Amino acid sequence: MIEDAKINDAIIAVLDLRVRYGEREVLHGINFDVRRYETLVILGGSGSGKSTLLRTLVGLEKPSAGEIWVKGKNIAQIPLGEMDEIRKKLGMSFQGGALFGSLTVGENVALPLREHTQLEDSTIQIIVRLKLEQVGLAGFEEYMPSQLSGGMKKRAAVARAMAMDPEILCFDEPSAGLDPIIAAGIDNLIVKLKKAFRMTIVVVTHELASAFLIADRMVLIDKGNIMAIGTPEELRASAHPRVRQFLDRVPEPEVTEELDYLQMLTEERPPRRS
Amino acid sequence: MHISTRQSGSATIVEVNGDIDLYNSPEVRQVLLGVLREKRAPRVIANLAAVKYIDSSGVASLVEALKVSRDLGSRLILCGLSPAAREVLELSRLIKVFEVFENEAQALSA
Repeated sequence: MIEDAKINDAIIAVLDLRVRYGEREVLHGINFDVRRYETLVILGGSGSGKSTLLRTLVGLEKPSAGEIWVKGKNIAQIPLGEMDEIRKKLGMSFQGGALFGSLTVGENVALPLREHTQLEDSTIQIIVRLKLEQVGLAGFEEYMPSQLSGGMKKRAAVARAMAMDPEILCFDEPSAGLDPIIAAGIDNLIVKLKKAFRMTIVVVTHELASAFLIADRMVLIDKGNIMAIGTPEELRASAHPRVRQFLDRVPEPEVTEELDYLQMLTEERPPRRS
Repeated sequence: MHISTRQSGSATIVEVNGDIDLYNSPEVRQVLLGVLREKRAPRVIANLAAVKYIDSSGVASLVEALKVSRDLGSRLILCGLSPAAREVLELSRLIKVFEVFENEAQALSA
Protein backbone atom coordinates (compact mmCIF):
# COMPACT_ATOMS: atom_id res chain seq x y z
CA MET A 1 0.00 0.00 0.00
CA ILE A 2 1.39 3.35 -1.01
CA GLU A 3 1.42 6.17 1.47
CA ASP A 4 0.31 9.18 -0.57
CA ALA A 5 1.68 11.64 1.94
CA LYS A 6 5.13 10.11 1.73
CA ILE A 7 5.16 10.24 -2.06
CA ASN A 8 3.85 13.79 -2.22
CA ASP A 9 6.48 14.96 0.24
CA ALA A 10 9.32 13.43 -1.76
CA ILE A 11 10.41 14.06 -5.34
CA ILE A 12 11.62 10.43 -5.42
CA ALA A 13 10.28 7.66 -3.17
CA VAL A 14 11.79 4.18 -3.28
CA LEU A 15 9.74 1.37 -1.75
CA ASP A 16 11.05 -2.16 -1.18
CA LEU A 17 13.24 -1.98 -4.29
CA ARG A 18 14.89 -5.17 -5.46
CA VAL A 19 17.19 -5.54 -8.46
CA ARG A 20 18.57 -8.80 -9.80
CA TYR A 21 21.21 -9.60 -12.38
CA GLY A 22 20.22 -13.09 -13.44
CA GLU A 23 19.96 -15.17 -10.30
CA ARG A 24 21.98 -12.75 -8.21
CA GLU A 25 20.02 -10.15 -6.25
CA VAL A 26 22.03 -6.93 -5.95
CA LEU A 27 19.56 -4.76 -4.03
CA HIS A 28 17.54 -6.48 -1.33
CA GLY A 29 14.49 -4.34 -0.58
CA ILE A 30 15.61 -0.72 -0.40
CA ASN A 31 13.41 2.02 1.12
CA PHE A 32 14.23 5.73 1.15
CA ASP A 33 13.13 9.02 -0.33
CA VAL A 34 14.74 12.04 -1.91
CA ARG A 35 13.31 15.36 -0.79
CA ARG A 36 12.85 18.27 -3.14
CA TYR A 37 15.87 20.61 -3.34
CA GLU A 38 18.13 18.45 -1.18
CA THR A 39 21.47 16.88 -2.05
CA LEU A 40 21.24 13.21 -1.19
CA VAL A 41 24.49 11.26 -1.26
CA ILE A 42 24.36 7.49 -1.73
CA LEU A 43 27.51 6.24 -0.11
CA GLY A 44 28.96 2.76 -0.22
CA GLY A 45 31.98 0.65 -0.99
CA SER A 46 32.79 -1.10 -4.26
CA GLY A 47 30.14 -3.65 -5.10
CA SER A 48 27.71 -2.31 -2.50
CA GLY A 49 25.01 -1.79 -5.13
CA LYS A 50 25.08 2.02 -5.03
CA SER A 51 25.63 2.54 -8.77
CA THR A 52 22.95 -0.04 -9.56
CA LEU A 53 20.62 1.90 -7.30
CA LEU A 54 21.29 5.16 -9.15
CA ARG A 55 20.93 3.51 -12.55
CA THR A 56 17.59 2.08 -11.42
CA LEU A 57 16.43 5.47 -10.14
CA VAL A 58 16.96 7.03 -13.57
CA GLY A 59 15.35 4.12 -15.41
CA LEU A 60 18.50 2.52 -16.84
CA GLU A 61 17.94 -0.71 -14.91
CA LYS A 62 14.62 -2.44 -14.42
CA PRO A 63 13.75 -3.40 -10.83
CA SER A 64 12.79 -7.02 -10.20
CA ALA A 65 10.37 -5.86 -7.48
CA GLY A 66 9.33 -2.74 -5.61
CA GLU A 67 8.32 0.76 -6.54
CA ILE A 68 10.17 3.91 -7.57
CA TRP A 69 7.99 7.00 -7.49
CA VAL A 70 9.48 9.92 -9.40
CA LYS A 71 7.37 13.07 -9.36
CA GLY A 72 4.32 11.02 -8.44
CA LYS A 73 4.72 8.27 -11.06
CA ASN A 74 5.90 4.74 -10.41
CA ILE A 75 8.63 4.39 -13.03
CA ALA A 76 8.91 0.67 -12.31
CA GLN A 77 5.60 0.23 -14.05
CA ILE A 78 5.04 2.99 -16.57
CA PRO A 79 5.04 2.70 -20.36
CA LEU A 80 8.17 3.70 -22.29
CA GLY A 81 6.63 6.92 -23.61
CA GLU A 82 5.85 8.18 -20.11
CA MET A 83 9.34 7.21 -18.96
CA ASP A 84 10.78 9.40 -21.71
CA GLU A 85 8.82 12.34 -20.28
CA ILE A 86 10.19 11.64 -16.78
CA ARG A 87 13.73 11.30 -18.18
CA LYS A 88 13.53 14.84 -19.52
CA LYS A 89 13.32 16.01 -15.91
CA LEU A 90 16.33 13.89 -14.91
CA GLY A 91 19.88 14.87 -15.73
CA MET A 92 22.57 12.23 -15.41
CA SER A 93 26.30 12.81 -15.22
CA PHE A 94 28.00 9.45 -15.78
CA GLN A 95 31.14 8.26 -14.04
CA GLY A 96 33.49 8.60 -16.99
CA GLY A 97 31.69 11.62 -18.43
CA ALA A 98 30.38 9.50 -21.33
CA LEU A 99 30.95 12.32 -23.79
CA PHE A 100 30.79 11.41 -27.46
CA GLY A 101 34.38 11.55 -28.64
CA SER A 102 33.46 12.40 -32.21
CA LEU A 103 31.43 15.46 -31.19
CA THR A 104 32.73 18.78 -29.91
CA VAL A 105 32.01 19.78 -26.32
CA GLY A 106 29.29 22.13 -27.58
CA GLU A 107 27.70 19.43 -29.73
CA ASN A 108 27.72 17.06 -26.76
CA VAL A 109 25.86 19.61 -24.62
CA ALA A 110 23.45 20.36 -27.47
CA LEU A 111 22.64 16.69 -28.08
CA PRO A 112 19.70 16.29 -25.63
CA LEU A 113 18.19 19.55 -26.88
CA ARG A 114 18.44 18.41 -30.50
CA GLU A 115 17.01 14.99 -29.61
CA HIS A 116 14.12 16.07 -27.42
CA THR A 117 13.08 19.60 -28.42
CA GLN A 118 12.09 21.61 -31.48
CA LEU A 119 14.30 24.55 -30.51
CA GLU A 120 16.03 26.53 -33.26
CA ASP A 121 19.77 26.07 -33.68
CA SER A 122 20.37 29.67 -32.63
CA THR A 123 18.51 29.09 -29.33
CA ILE A 124 20.37 25.83 -28.71
CA GLN A 125 23.69 27.57 -29.31
CA ILE A 126 22.91 30.20 -26.67
CA ILE A 127 21.76 27.54 -24.17
CA VAL A 128 24.98 25.56 -24.77
CA ARG A 129 27.05 28.66 -24.04
CA LEU A 130 25.00 29.45 -20.92
CA LYS A 131 25.47 25.91 -19.59
CA LEU A 132 29.20 25.85 -20.32
CA GLU A 133 29.51 29.20 -18.54
CA GLN A 134 27.68 27.78 -15.52
CA VAL A 135 30.15 24.90 -15.17
CA GLY A 136 33.21 27.08 -15.74
CA LEU A 137 33.90 25.98 -19.32
CA ALA A 138 33.05 29.17 -21.21
CA GLY A 139 35.00 29.24 -24.46
CA PHE A 140 35.49 25.47 -24.72
CA GLU A 141 32.57 24.88 -27.06
CA GLU A 142 34.68 23.94 -30.08
CA TYR A 143 37.08 21.65 -28.20
CA MET A 144 36.95 17.91 -28.69
CA PRO A 145 36.56 15.81 -25.50
CA SER A 146 40.02 14.32 -26.10
CA GLN A 147 41.48 17.82 -25.70
CA LEU A 148 40.01 18.22 -22.20
CA SER A 149 41.49 17.20 -18.84
CA GLY A 150 39.62 14.71 -16.63
CA GLY A 151 38.07 17.47 -14.53
CA MET A 152 37.00 19.43 -17.60
CA LYS A 153 35.38 16.33 -19.09
CA LYS A 154 33.33 15.93 -15.90
CA ARG A 155 32.29 19.57 -16.07
CA ALA A 156 31.28 19.18 -19.71
CA ALA A 157 29.24 16.12 -18.74
CA VAL A 158 27.52 18.19 -16.04
CA ALA A 159 26.73 20.90 -18.61
CA ARG A 160 25.16 18.25 -20.86
CA ALA A 161 23.19 16.80 -17.94
CA MET A 162 21.86 20.31 -17.24
CA ALA A 163 20.99 21.13 -20.84
CA MET A 164 17.28 20.40 -20.40
CA ASP A 165 17.01 22.25 -17.05
CA PRO A 166 16.41 19.03 -15.10
CA GLU A 167 14.60 19.11 -11.79
CA ILE A 168 16.76 16.25 -10.55
CA LEU A 169 20.47 16.05 -11.34
CA CYS A 170 22.25 12.74 -10.71
CA PHE A 171 25.98 12.12 -10.48
CA ASP A 172 27.69 8.73 -10.57
CA GLU A 173 31.06 8.96 -8.81
CA PRO A 174 31.74 12.59 -9.76
CA SER A 175 35.26 12.62 -8.33
CA ALA A 176 36.39 9.16 -9.46
CA GLY A 177 39.77 9.25 -11.17
CA LEU A 178 40.44 12.90 -10.35
CA ASP A 179 43.23 14.29 -8.21
CA PRO A 180 42.10 15.78 -4.85
CA ILE A 181 42.22 19.40 -6.01
CA ILE A 182 40.22 18.81 -9.20
CA ALA A 183 37.82 16.58 -7.22
CA ALA A 184 37.28 19.42 -4.72
CA GLY A 185 36.49 21.69 -7.67
CA ILE A 186 33.74 19.29 -8.80
CA ASP A 187 32.36 19.15 -5.24
CA ASN A 188 32.22 22.94 -5.16
CA LEU A 189 30.48 22.96 -8.53
CA ILE A 190 27.79 20.60 -7.20
CA VAL A 191 27.25 22.79 -4.13
CA LYS A 192 27.11 25.92 -6.30
CA LEU A 193 24.66 24.46 -8.82
CA LYS A 194 22.32 23.23 -6.13
CA LYS A 195 22.30 26.60 -4.40
CA ALA A 196 21.95 28.58 -7.60
CA PHE A 197 19.38 26.53 -9.50
CA ARG A 198 17.46 24.93 -6.64
CA MET A 199 17.76 21.48 -8.11
CA THR A 200 17.39 18.20 -6.33
CA ILE A 201 20.73 16.42 -6.51
CA VAL A 202 21.51 12.73 -6.06
CA VAL A 203 25.17 11.76 -5.89
CA VAL A 204 26.66 8.28 -5.72
CA THR A 205 30.16 8.17 -4.32
CA HIS A 206 32.57 6.22 -2.16
CA GLU A 207 34.59 9.36 -1.35
CA LEU A 208 33.93 10.23 2.28
CA ALA A 209 35.34 13.75 2.22
CA SER A 210 33.29 14.62 -0.83
CA ALA A 211 30.13 13.06 0.62
CA PHE A 212 30.36 15.00 3.89
CA LEU A 213 31.02 18.24 2.02
CA ILE A 214 28.07 18.15 -0.35
CA ALA A 215 25.35 16.10 1.39
CA ASP A 216 22.22 17.35 3.11
CA ARG A 217 21.41 13.72 3.85
CA MET A 218 23.26 10.47 3.24
CA VAL A 219 22.24 6.90 2.56
CA LEU A 220 24.89 4.31 3.37
CA ILE A 221 24.54 1.11 1.34
CA ASP A 222 26.29 -2.13 2.17
CA LYS A 223 25.89 -5.39 0.27
CA GLY A 224 22.61 -4.29 -1.26
CA ASN A 225 21.02 -3.13 2.00
CA ILE A 226 20.68 0.29 3.58
CA MET A 227 22.87 0.50 6.67
CA ALA A 228 22.03 4.05 7.64
CA ILE A 229 20.13 7.15 6.49
CA GLY A 230 20.60 10.58 8.01
CA THR A 231 22.32 13.91 7.96
CA PRO A 232 26.13 13.96 7.87
CA GLU A 233 26.08 14.76 11.61
CA GLU A 234 23.79 11.81 12.33
CA LEU A 235 26.03 9.45 10.37
CA ARG A 236 29.15 10.76 12.09
CA ALA A 237 27.50 10.05 15.45
CA SER A 238 26.32 6.57 14.47
CA ALA A 239 27.43 3.67 16.62
CA HIS A 240 26.37 1.03 14.07
CA PRO A 241 29.41 -1.23 13.60
CA ARG A 242 29.23 -1.33 9.76
CA VAL A 243 28.73 2.44 9.58
CA ARG A 244 31.72 2.97 11.88
CA GLN A 245 33.78 0.52 9.86
CA PHE A 246 33.03 2.39 6.65
CA LEU A 247 33.48 5.89 8.07
CA ASP A 248 36.62 4.97 9.99
CA ARG A 249 37.95 3.14 6.94
CA VAL A 250 38.59 -0.08 8.80
CA PRO A 251 39.37 -2.99 6.46
CA GLU A 252 37.27 -6.14 6.61
CA PRO A 253 38.76 -8.57 9.17
CA GLU A 254 40.81 -11.14 7.30
CA VAL A 255 39.16 -14.08 9.01
CA THR A 256 35.84 -13.15 7.37
CA GLU A 257 37.50 -13.09 4.00
CA GLU A 258 39.08 -16.50 4.65
CA LEU A 259 35.75 -17.94 5.63
CA ASP A 260 34.12 -16.41 2.56
CA TYR A 261 36.95 -17.79 0.44
CA LEU A 262 36.58 -21.25 1.94
CA GLN A 263 32.85 -21.13 1.38
CA MET A 264 33.35 -20.00 -2.20
CA LEU A 265 35.77 -22.89 -2.86
CA THR A 266 33.61 -25.55 -1.29
CA GLU A 267 30.10 -24.30 -2.09
CA GLU A 268 27.87 -26.80 -3.84
CA ARG A 269 27.00 -25.94 -7.40
CA PRO A 270 23.39 -25.21 -8.17
CA PRO A 271 21.89 -28.01 -10.23
CA ARG A 272 22.29 -27.48 -13.98
CA ARG A 273 19.23 -26.64 -15.92
CA SER A 274 18.56 -29.00 -18.76
CA MET B 1 1.19 30.03 -22.12
CA HIS B 2 -0.49 32.85 -24.00
CA ILE B 3 1.31 35.64 -25.82
CA SER B 4 -0.18 38.85 -27.22
CA THR B 5 1.09 42.10 -28.70
CA ARG B 6 -0.35 45.60 -28.53
CA GLN B 7 0.77 49.10 -29.36
CA SER B 8 1.22 51.98 -26.91
CA GLY B 9 2.49 55.04 -28.73
CA SER B 10 5.77 54.11 -30.34
CA ALA B 11 6.21 51.08 -28.07
CA THR B 12 5.19 47.56 -29.01
CA ILE B 13 4.24 45.62 -25.92
CA VAL B 14 4.62 41.85 -25.96
CA GLU B 15 2.73 40.39 -23.04
CA VAL B 16 3.41 36.81 -21.98
CA ASN B 17 1.04 34.94 -19.72
CA GLY B 18 2.23 31.65 -18.22
CA ASP B 19 5.51 29.82 -17.79
CA ILE B 20 8.13 29.90 -20.54
CA ASP B 21 9.73 26.49 -21.09
CA LEU B 22 11.34 24.24 -23.68
CA TYR B 23 8.02 23.63 -25.40
CA ASN B 24 6.66 27.13 -25.81
CA SER B 25 9.77 29.33 -25.85
CA PRO B 26 9.95 29.01 -29.69
CA GLU B 27 6.66 30.94 -29.82
CA VAL B 28 8.04 33.70 -27.58
CA ARG B 29 11.14 33.86 -29.76
CA GLN B 30 9.08 33.99 -32.95
CA VAL B 31 6.85 36.84 -31.70
CA LEU B 32 9.77 38.91 -30.39
CA LEU B 33 11.86 38.44 -33.54
CA GLY B 34 8.76 39.12 -35.65
CA VAL B 35 8.06 42.54 -34.11
CA LEU B 36 11.73 43.44 -34.26
CA ARG B 37 12.60 42.21 -37.76
CA GLU B 38 9.35 42.44 -39.70
CA LYS B 39 7.48 45.26 -37.98
CA ARG B 40 10.73 47.08 -37.32
CA ALA B 41 9.36 48.17 -33.93
CA PRO B 42 11.78 50.77 -32.52
CA ARG B 43 10.93 49.92 -28.90
CA VAL B 44 9.73 46.52 -27.73
CA ILE B 45 8.63 45.98 -24.16
CA ALA B 46 8.37 42.35 -23.02
CA ASN B 47 5.90 42.40 -20.15
CA LEU B 48 6.65 39.26 -18.11
CA ALA B 49 4.48 40.13 -15.08
CA ALA B 50 2.40 36.97 -15.57
CA VAL B 51 5.44 34.69 -16.07
CA LYS B 52 6.28 32.80 -12.90
CA TYR B 53 8.98 30.58 -14.36
CA ILE B 54 11.34 30.93 -17.28
CA ASP B 55 13.80 28.18 -18.24
CA SER B 56 17.10 28.32 -20.11
CA SER B 57 15.40 28.19 -23.51
CA GLY B 58 13.27 31.19 -22.51
CA VAL B 59 16.36 33.06 -21.38
CA ALA B 60 18.12 32.11 -24.63
CA SER B 61 15.14 33.42 -26.63
CA LEU B 62 15.30 36.75 -24.80
CA VAL B 63 19.07 36.92 -25.39
CA GLU B 64 18.60 36.29 -29.10
CA ALA B 65 15.90 38.96 -29.31
CA LEU B 66 18.17 41.40 -27.48
CA LYS B 67 20.98 40.73 -29.96
CA VAL B 68 18.64 41.30 -32.91
CA SER B 69 17.30 44.53 -31.35
CA ARG B 70 20.83 45.84 -30.93
CA ASP B 71 21.77 44.88 -34.49
CA LEU B 72 18.71 46.77 -35.77
CA GLY B 73 19.24 49.79 -33.54
CA SER B 74 16.00 49.24 -31.60
CA ARG B 75 15.39 48.60 -27.91
CA LEU B 76 14.20 45.50 -26.08
CA ILE B 77 13.00 46.26 -22.56
CA LEU B 78 11.90 43.72 -19.94
CA CYS B 79 9.40 44.56 -17.23
CA GLY B 80 7.40 42.92 -14.47
CA LEU B 81 9.94 40.18 -13.73
CA SER B 82 8.80 37.74 -11.06
CA PRO B 83 11.35 37.01 -8.32
CA ALA B 84 12.03 33.61 -9.94
CA ALA B 85 12.48 35.06 -13.43
CA ARG B 86 14.76 37.78 -12.05
CA GLU B 87 16.79 35.15 -10.22
CA VAL B 88 17.27 33.09 -13.37
CA LEU B 89 18.58 36.16 -15.19
CA GLU B 90 20.82 37.04 -12.26
CA LEU B 91 22.24 33.52 -12.09
CA SER B 92 22.95 33.62 -15.80
CA ARG B 93 24.70 36.97 -15.22
CA LEU B 94 22.30 38.58 -17.68
CA ILE B 95 20.30 40.93 -15.49
CA LYS B 96 22.62 43.85 -16.30
CA VAL B 97 22.69 43.00 -19.99
CA PHE B 98 18.99 43.80 -20.34
CA GLU B 99 17.10 47.02 -19.69
CA VAL B 100 14.81 45.96 -16.84
CA PHE B 101 11.96 47.95 -15.25
CA GLU B 102 9.60 47.13 -12.42
CA ASN B 103 6.40 47.56 -14.39
CA GLU B 104 4.97 48.52 -17.76
CA ALA B 105 4.34 52.17 -16.82
CA GLN B 106 8.00 52.66 -15.93
CA ALA B 107 9.12 50.82 -19.06
CA LEU B 108 6.89 53.06 -21.21
CA SER B 109 8.28 56.24 -19.73
CA ALA B 110 11.90 55.06 -20.06
